[in-house]
Amino acid sequence: MELVINGKTEQLPDGINAAQLIEHLGLANERLAMEVNQEIVPRSSFDSHCFKAGDRIEIVRAIGGG
Amino acid sequence: MSSVMKSTTPGTADPLMIDGVQYQSRLLVGTGKYRDMEQTRLAVETSGAEIITVAIRRTNIGQNADEPSLLDVLPPDRYTYLPNTAGCYTAEEAVRTCRLARELLDGHNLVKLEVLGDEKTLFPDIIQTLDAAETLIADDFRIMVYTNDDPIIAKRFEDMGCVAVMPLAAPIGSGLGIRNPNNIRTIVENAGVPILVDAGVGCASDAAIAMELGCDGVLMNTAIAGAQDPVLMASAMKKAIEAGRESYLAGRIPRKRFASASSPVDGLFF
Repeated sequence: MELVINGKTEQLPDGINAAQLIEHLGLANERLAMEVNQEIVPRSSFDSHCFKAGDRIEIVRAIGGG
Repeated sequence: MSSVMKSTTPGTADPLMIDGVQYQSRLLVGTGKYRDMEQTRLAVETSGAEIITVAIRRTNIGQNADEPSLLDVLPPDRYTYLPNTAGCYTAEEAVRTCRLARELLDGHNLVKLEVLGDEKTLFPDIIQTLDAAETLIADDFRIMVYTNDDPIIAKRFEDMGCVAVMPLAAPIGSGLGIRNPNNIRTIVENAGVPILVDAGVGCASDAAIAMELGCDGVLMNTAIAGAQDPVLMASAMKKAIEAGRESYLAGRIPRKRFASASSPVDGLFF
């Protein structure tokens, strides 16, 4: 299925969950936060949150800023 | 917040209180625009800052994969993180950014709210900022708000429940210094929450002037990160903030038009 991840459309297996996506993106050890269709998905729910086709996912972290 | 003049022994505790938490340093620093993480770390450590601002960005943006993360270099158990909403031009973007920041930082709810009006000036869009502040306060955020140097609006943010109000001295990154000292002074005199100058400082004397006007602190990024020697400038800023604070508390002499001799006239032998 198609997901939009940080603005880029990507093909991922149907029913993939948030934890699997983070693993797939190589971000498993990163401190990050996720929102799906503008709603926060808490890290504690990553294992149980399955995506639907067309979901718009933002994955963010803290970087230097003023 | 205008403190009552008091006799203060040099070096005694004079903490900055924000939202019930005491900080020893009145200098808050940003973490952007440094050459690399090591320079970021050295400058922040040298500045003595305890509160540091960070930006929230997509994971694939803004950092080399092989570089350590900011959270490794400046651990959140040692510094108070102040996530910002830089780059947001609407209340909605700012609210989303704050919610992501809170999730990222395990429920930490102190944020720097800024909603910008245009790219040329980076002046705040006050209508959008008020709108965002209302939503965020209702959602239990503690807000330090970037605003312009308008005393009426500054008071309004305080009345809404912002925990600190942070008027600009000059446009972000401009280094123009305190362009409107009388407004800053008026904001300080009216305030019941800490007032911090945020943005526009260019050099150490600018920071000292902000403190001499009675500001509770100064937040800066470019003035340090953009200096020829950022670590040395961080050291200069630390001293300027301390000197400016002591100068404010000490109470300056009135300005007079004519001279007043420092040596006694009595006892002259000619």
